[in-house]
Amino acid sequence: MTATAPPLFSFNDVSVSVDGRLALDRVSLQIERTGITAVVGPSGSGKTTLLRLCNRLTVPSSGWVRYRGEPLDQLDPLTLRRAVGMVFQVPTPFPGTVRDNLLVAVADASEVAMVAALEDAGLERSFLSRDAQALSGGEAQRVCLARTLLTEPAVLLLDEPTSALDIDARLAFEGVVRRIADAGTSVVWVTHDLEQAQRVADRSIVLMGGRVASEAEARRFVQRGVAGQPDAQNGGNDGSD
Amino acid sequence: MEATDIGWTGLAASLVLVALALALSLIQRLGLELEIGWASLRAGVQLLIVGAALVLVLDDDTPVALSWVWVVAMIGFAAFTIRSSASDVPGILGVSLASMAAITVVSMGVIFGLGIFPHEPVAIVPVAGMLIGNSMSQTVLAANRVVAEIGEKRTEVEARLALGQPATVAARPYVAQALRTALIPQIERTKATGIVILPGAMTGLILAGVDPTDAVLIQLAVMYLILGSVATSVTIVGLGVRRQLFTADHRLVRLDEAA
Repeated sequence: MTATAPPLFSFNDVSVSVDGRLALDRVSLQIERTGITAVVGPSGSGKTTLLRLCNRLTVPSSGWVRYRGEPLDQLDPLTLRRAVGMVFQVPTPFPGTVRDNLLVAVADASEVAMVAALEDAGLERSFLSRDAQALSGGEAQRVCLARTLLTEPAVLLLDEPTSALDIDARLAFEGVVRRIADAGTSVVWVTHDLEQAQRVADRSIVLMGGRVASEAEARRFVQRGVAGQPDAQNGGNDGSD
Repeated sequence: MEATDIGWTGLAASLVLVALALALSLIQRLGLELEIGWASLRAGVQLLIVGAALVLVLDDDTPVALSWVWVVAMIGFAAFTIRSSASDVPGILGVSLASMAAITVVSMGVIFGLGIFPHEPVAIVPVAGMLIGNSMSQTVLAANRVVAEIGEKRTEVEARLALGQPATVAARPYVAQALRTALIPQIERTKATGIVILPGAMTGLILAGVDPTDAVLIQLAVMYLILGSVATSVTIVGLGVRRQLFTADHRLVRLDEAA
């Protein structure tokens, strides 16, 4: 008989207070190790906060989070962040070429590794010499993905990575992430786009008002299509969402 | 050459230029009359009080230790002035105190350790005043720029942290940019010295009757010390402020919470 492997992330009674407001309110949930888990919900539901807890860019005000059974606050944050990579909502290319950007992630990365990371993100070798800050939104976001993939993370956290992209770039990005997930990398994908969640995710978690939605709430949320509404307040990574 | 003694009459005559500034403000409707008047009055009162105190401190019979007490007071005053000018910067009082103390110890150690100036009250107080005074404004600029750079580039900084970079490394490009911005004015002033700018200390010495060659040598020594002090204070403050902006577990704090 083999022991059951602990989940990828376990949240136990986790609350996070931002500006005196509860961004997450006693959340308990588990995220499975395999495939793509979508975290959906309307603006201000705590999706981004939940994601940021996974790599300790935010810490709980109360409660605890475990990564593969290990309490997150007992892990070295730098080691954790290289194992749990993150791509942000707004593309964040650093000044310099794409090669410079990749070398920020791994200072001694080989040419072969850089090209492989680019190809995994759906970009060609020729991008290496391109100015990273002169790329289109979709290309820049894929460079950010390649930069994260270069650290060979076991988990990929995606915070609304396609919200600034047009539909073609969005679908291309989804295809790239699907391939990465199928190759064995666990993916946690925050999105307010319910259709996107249905396209890409193997399972979904619905947050409402900083709490995990009940089945009835989740059903109503899906029926109303709230997640598909334009979301003007959801533009930052300040941990308030 | 006789030493210059302008006396009270000379001082009063120099106010003609203040009157000219007031007149220009009135004619051009700049609305700066009160500001100019208050600044002139305040500077006059402050300097006269300081002058009276300096007479006591610089007296031959006064122990040198009193000069160092004066220097310590200057460091404290400078730190509080910096805090009031950069009140949004977290932990600025402690950081600026450390910075001003560090440049004073290092610079004064060089000056008196190498015998550039004699270890006498007449050198200790004015030289410390020049070093601290020149470093203050650049220190304020550096502190504000570090907070602004990291605040404006928050997402980039967090992207670097998310790649597993330690806070010191993630913040480095932004702190470096802020420090460059703060140091450039002093570097430009140093480059323009003698061509555009006749430095105050040299001008004062020549007016006071010192041989121009000696005045130039003294000015050069002071200028190099000021450049070094400004660079040191700006760096210390930049690194100190950066430290305030990150937690021990390499998270960028919310700047509104940090202040």
